[in-house]
Amino acid sequence: MRKLLISALGLVLFATSGVSFYQSRRLEEPVVLSDGVTDVKRLGDYFEGVRGTVNDANLYFLDSGVPGATMLVLGGTHPEEPAGRLAAWLLAENAVMEAGRLIVVLSGNRSATTVTRVGGAYPPDFTIETDWGERTFRLGDRWSNPLDQWPDPEVYIHHPSGQYLAYVDIRNLNRTWPGRPTGTLTERTTYAFMELVRREGVGVFIDLHEAELQYPVISTIVAHDRGQELATYVSMMLSDMEFNIGMEYSPVNLHGLSHREVGDHSDAVSLLFEAPEPFLDATRGRTTREQLLTGQDEFVMKAGEAGLLFERIDERGWPIAVRVGRHTSTVLQTMEAWTELNPDRPMRVRGVPRYAEVIERGVGHWLRDPASAPVSRLRVE
Amino acid sequence: MAVLQTLVTLLYYALVAFVSVMLVWNLTRTRDWKQEVLYVIVLIPFLLRLFRLK
Repeated sequence: MRKLLISALGLVLFATSGVSFYQSRRLEEPVVLSDGVTDVKRLGDYFEGVRGTVNDANLYFLDSGVPGATMLVLGGTHPEEPAGRLAAWLLAENAVMEAGRLIVVLSGNRSATTVTRVGGAYPPDFTIETDWGERTFRLGDRWSNPLDQWPDPEVYIHHPSGQYLAYVDIRNLNRTWPGRPTGTLTERTTYAFMELVRREGVGVFIDLHEAELQYPVISTIVAHDRGQELATYVSMMLSDMEFNIGMEYSPVNLHGLSHREVGDHSDAVSLLFEAPEPFLDATRGRTTREQLLTGQDEFVMKAGEAGLLFERIDERGWPIAVRVGRHTSTVLQTMEAWTELNPDRPMRVRGVPRYAEVIERGVGHWLRDPASAPVSRLRVE
Repeated sequence: MAVLQTLVTLLYYALVAFVSVMLVWNLTRTRDWKQEVLYVIVLIPFLLRLFRLK
């Protein structure tokens, strides 16, 4: 009898935790397509090796019908950097192209959106307040879910450079570029994105990220060799008119990262944007949804007082609207700068809020209500 | 590499299943309530992985 009771309690624990994990892995995130979205394809359309897998991502095409260049914006490379995904969401739900084309990805590594950091006490999701209610998003992690790709090798040897990288980074989408058709799920995913870039003739590739304040590559644009002029121009304009953002050269000998490999293995100019996210700092306090969204943390502030940070922080923190606004403005400024530098291949867009607008009205203002959208304009991530 | 990874994964799941069965077996055999609780708690993460929940 006692044995049965203890087993029953164990079963209850297993069932409750199991249901929680099952639901968070399968939480559906709606996308209300902007009027500018002209087509939705799948990553598997470009490479069979990811078709039908967890990483067969939605690709949102916004084609103006007016000749120009194509920009690809990749959100969700590292899902636990939510400003990147949310900025891409704002594009997919609001942007209308007036010249050229835009391709938006919300879940670059969808597998990584279905798991949180083991031992990190991460919340499984977070909620954004909107004008009509709220939207909940999966928080995710930096690496693909071990349920989808396992085991990791002792040492990860990057393809094709042969460079030795940290073993766990074989599940890191931003260490597996340009990918390998016969490789792991994460390598096949980056290979599929490279096929997309090459076959669609992408001119500008943008990878949206966030960084801890103790990491030196922060509040900056990392640019491939061919993107240095563009990135410098964008950095100067934004720093003069909206917020400080730096520009850094993509290291030639650091392999696997999008800002290096996409540029090296395609005709696209590859850029990577970093916004500040105190949630990722090792010295943070409680790892909560509130901390994720407000970016306020007294322990990270202490680290700042000790001179350990590469970005300022005060009691105002780094709210999600500030981080998302940095990304939307940097994307918009990149389009404007590109068009000035390449008037024969323009890109123009309307409907996307800039930095000040996102801060003033909040991220949720720019998320549309799935309940009032026609089914044909709804997708799920 | 991918084939080897699949093989190792299958072996891993077989190992998880084996350990789970052994834990249940030991749970049925022991008469110490503290050990019963311990076996049940240890079993949960094995079952979660076996059923691909976490």
